[in-house]
Amino acid sequence: MVEFALPANSKVQPGKTHKAPPGAKRVRTFKVYRYDPDSGANPRLDSFEIDLDDCGPMVLDALLKIKDEVDQTVTFRRSCREGICGSCAMNIDGSNTLACLKPIEDIKGDVKIYPLPHMPVVKDLVPDLTVPYAQFASIKPWIQTESPPPPDRERLQSVEDRAKLDGMWECILCFCCSTSCPSYWWNGDARYLGPAILLQAARWIHDSRDEYTGERLDFLEDPFKLYRCHTIMNCTATCPKGLNPAKAIASIKAKLVERRF
Amino acid sequence: MSMRSPLGRARGLGSAKDGVSHFIWQRLTAIALVPLSFWFVYSVVSLAGQDYGHFRAWLGQPGNLTMMVLVIFAVFHHGQLGMQVVIEDYVHDEKTMFTSLIVMKFAAVLMAVFSVVAVLRIALVGG
Repeated sequence: MVEFALPANSKVQPGKTHKAPPGAKRVRTFKVYRYDPDSGANPRLDSFEIDLDDCGPMVLDALLKIKDEVDQTVTFRRSCREGICGSCAMNIDGSNTLACLKPIEDIKGDVKIYPLPHMPVVKDLVPDLTVPYAQFASIKPWIQTESPPPPDRERLQSVEDRAKLDGMWECILCFCCSTSCPSYWWNGDARYLGPAILLQAARWIHDSRDEYTGERLDFLEDPFKLYRCHTIMNCTATCPKGLNPAKAIASIKAKLVERRF
Repeated sequence: MSMRSPLGRARGLGSAKDGVSHFIWQRLTAIALVPLSFWFVYSVVSLAGQDYGHFRAWLGQPGNLTMMVLVIFAVFHHGQLGMQVVIEDYVHDEKTMFTSLIVMKFAAVLMAVFSVVAVLRIALVGG
């Protein structure tokens, strides 16, 4: 059955407090989820007081400052620091977003930082994304064709057909959307593909150069893989890139109806 | 603890190649229920305070009887489609899920047929 409460060993305990340096004027408290699998202890919420006058503007800047200057054991993924790699996806101030794109100024009160919800936690803010990656591979996210490519040039696509992919190709697979979706939380056994993967599936279904549209739709026509989406739209609300996975999923459902008539 | 690869788990048993008809019928019955519900509420309100004989005569009219049977079909079909989604969403143990789906579907058919028989009996036989 659906679990409405955290398991006993996942309940978050109060953690350590790291005070701001003396003389700090603009102090903000960052409450960071900490979990160390080696210790066997429950997760805890550590508080870090940071002087914003001595810190960059984004939440990722604060996390890097904490790691560099306060506690080197704080663990999180990050790479590009400009919203294109999708590594620093986490739950900040109650919603999933990229730490590098989230200004600290936009958050009122303490800044609470948790890992992406309902994923197994590897350590601290690092979730285990094995299942979504495998689900991504399962939809064959590459062009599939029977016709050989023209010998002298690439496969052509009209400007209008290319425009159909706008709003889908920009996805960076940060999984903010999938991990904000209650249907995805409650079907953690990998049967529901979730909004990120379905957006990617739609990206190939709508690609005029792909010749396996029917097979792609066949694969998705399933009560669990696709139809666990109940248009809750948390995915669209949370996407840090401003994309609309819910609309992409609706377009897959529309295609499945279309081929019936 | 399974040692199956993540991709093997994600592909699972493959696609059921089913779900579109559920999707279409859920929407068709929902659309049908808009006028049917208005008709039903209007009828109940306008029949308030009337005696059994009046109700029998009213239900005996072919238009009213047709609408009443349509209401029953649409309500139970839409209801069981919705209940199926709720059970698939919230019941994750496979045996419990299968059992509750089967029991729910049988119950829906039973109640729908019983409702139609009751309506026909009142309209055509009386008593």
